Amino acid sequence: MNAPLIECTGLQKWYSGVHALKNVSLRVERGEAVGLVGDNGAGKTTLIKILSGVHQADAGKIRIDGKDVTIKNARHAMELGLETIYQYNSMVPTMTIARNVFIGREPLSWSLFGFGVMDQKKMRAESVQAIADVDLHLRSPDALVGELSGGQRQGVAIARAMHFKSKALILDEPTNHLSVKETDKVLGFVRDLKKQNVTGIFISHNMQHVFQCCDRVVAMARGEIVFDSPISKTSIDEVHGYL
Amino acid sequence: MRLLKIYMQRPELVALVVLIVFTTYFAVASNGLFLSNANVRGMFSLYPELAILALGFSLLMVAGEFDLSIGSVMGLCPIVLCAMINFGLPFWPAFILALVVGAAIGLFNSAVTLRFGIPSFITTLGTLFMARSVAVVLYSSGLATTLDTAAVPTWAFSEPLGIFRVSAIWLIALALLVWLLLEKTNFGNWIRATGGSVEAAKAMGIPTSLVKTVCFMICSTLAGLAGIIQVVRIGSPIPSMGESMELQAIAAAVIGGIALSGGVGNIVGVVIGMAIIRVIDSGMIMSRVDASWFKFAIGFLIVCAVIANHWLERRARNIKLEVAQ
Repeated sequence: MNAPLIECTGLQKWYSGVHALKNVSLRVERGEAVGLVGDNGAGKTTLIKILSGVHQADAGKIRIDGKDVTIKNARHAMELGLETIYQYNSMVPTMTIARNVFIGREPLSWSLFGFGVMDQKKMRAESVQAIADVDLHLRSPDALVGELSGGQRQGVAIARAMHFKSKALILDEPTNHLSVKETDKVLGFVRDLKKQNVTGIFISHNMQHVFQCCDRVVAMARGEIVFDSPISKTSIDEVHGYL
Repeated sequence: MRLLKIYMQRPELVALVVLIVFTTYFAVASNGLFLSNANVRGMFSLYPELAILALGFSLLMVAGEFDLSIGSVMGLCPIVLCAMINFGLPFWPAFILALVVGAAIGLFNSAVTLRFGIPSFITTLGTLFMARSVAVVLYSSGLATTLDTAAVPTWAFSEPLGIFRVSAIWLIALALLVWLLLEKTNFGNWIRATGGSVEAAKAMGIPTSLVKTVCFMICSTLAGLAGIIQVVRIGSPIPSMGESMELQAIAAAVIGGIALSGGVGNIVGVVIGMAIIRVIDSGMIMSRVDASWFKFAIGFLIVCAVIANHWLERRARNIKLEVAQ
């Protein structure tokens, strides 16, 4: 049996006296779609910020693919294969799709000490391919991300993560402020992750959305995991009872 | 409508049209005096210096920060240069040291802005006064004396080349370098990302503080260089050099289509923007318009450019909403 993709044990985090994470342990397998639910201040955001390298845990262990790691920063998390998509700021609206897809990971045709000339032809071609791979069709890689709808932006962000062969995608409230149709599209993206054996951690306030696209639901309250069950063995009402 | 759409994508083209319109107008209004050999040569003395000043400033603006101190740095660096030469240093080492002083001011601006989370507008307002003060003190102490033109390599900065001067080559080379940096390199992509959305850039692992620091330093260094080119041309240091030139640089950037909110802009537009300003300045004099109207004209152009920018931003937001529904 393979080691789980993500395994956290005994994570603790304090923010100036507030105990935000209390001994949190979580295992996530490859290809699993996990819905992380909980009220504001339950610790969901703290947990994902630790996994995405924004914050470090004060105590506890994280193992990725069975290896002990300390996630130092956002860059490091991405190198480990954990990519986080935030609800608002996953994309730079004033830049083109092609430039957005490759922020920080530009293919270079010539470089010195990591700085160099971008291969823009490759960037355009590969971003078109990456977007088509998630079944999203946009007119041009040169369109500004600011011209896209919220759902399309999430689609491009997911395409970006898939393109860079992320092992796990952490989606922070990806359906907030989206229309019904757009929401369906995003939930579809999450369901499709499984086909490529990519793990999805889907954070949401909306229990309906979680039940539509996840295999398992994990509920947090007051900094602890209070419930963890496969979707097939529980109901929305039961999960609500724990929050 | 179509024109505005073009403006959104290529503001530098609109700026070019404006430049041609003004040039033609002044050529006619001044009975050809404006395009006379002597006047064009005069314009090409000051223009490259101020355009270099605007280049660095624009790069910083794309990175989402602001620098009001460039006019003062443009005044201080040449005085440092003259003082060093007065101390017996050869020209080139003094030149390098003066640029290092410029870069250090950029580093200071960046450190204060980023460390304390102060808007760069305020930080650099402070440096504007401090750098100017140091320049005046140094000058009045008599340390910075007139340059010995024989010992100064005017060939490298200010020698006339037909109707141009060598400084035009500096401008072309630097504009090309900054353009390449912004459009073609991965660091340029980071600059745009940082200016467009700091949070998104950080989430993608971009070292946004480093990006901003580098831009602050390039901005101040180019301001210092602009001052040095000017002092070599004039031959003696003036403590008020560059005073209020930061405003012309801002104007050039805005007219050239650099967004005040950061992330958006094209270097070509800035170079044209500064040309528009110089054309208006000189054209008004040549057409015998009261020169006091110059500032009015520049102010009016800035307001027009900002309104157009803002209107487009709102329009872009509406486009988004239309797609979402």
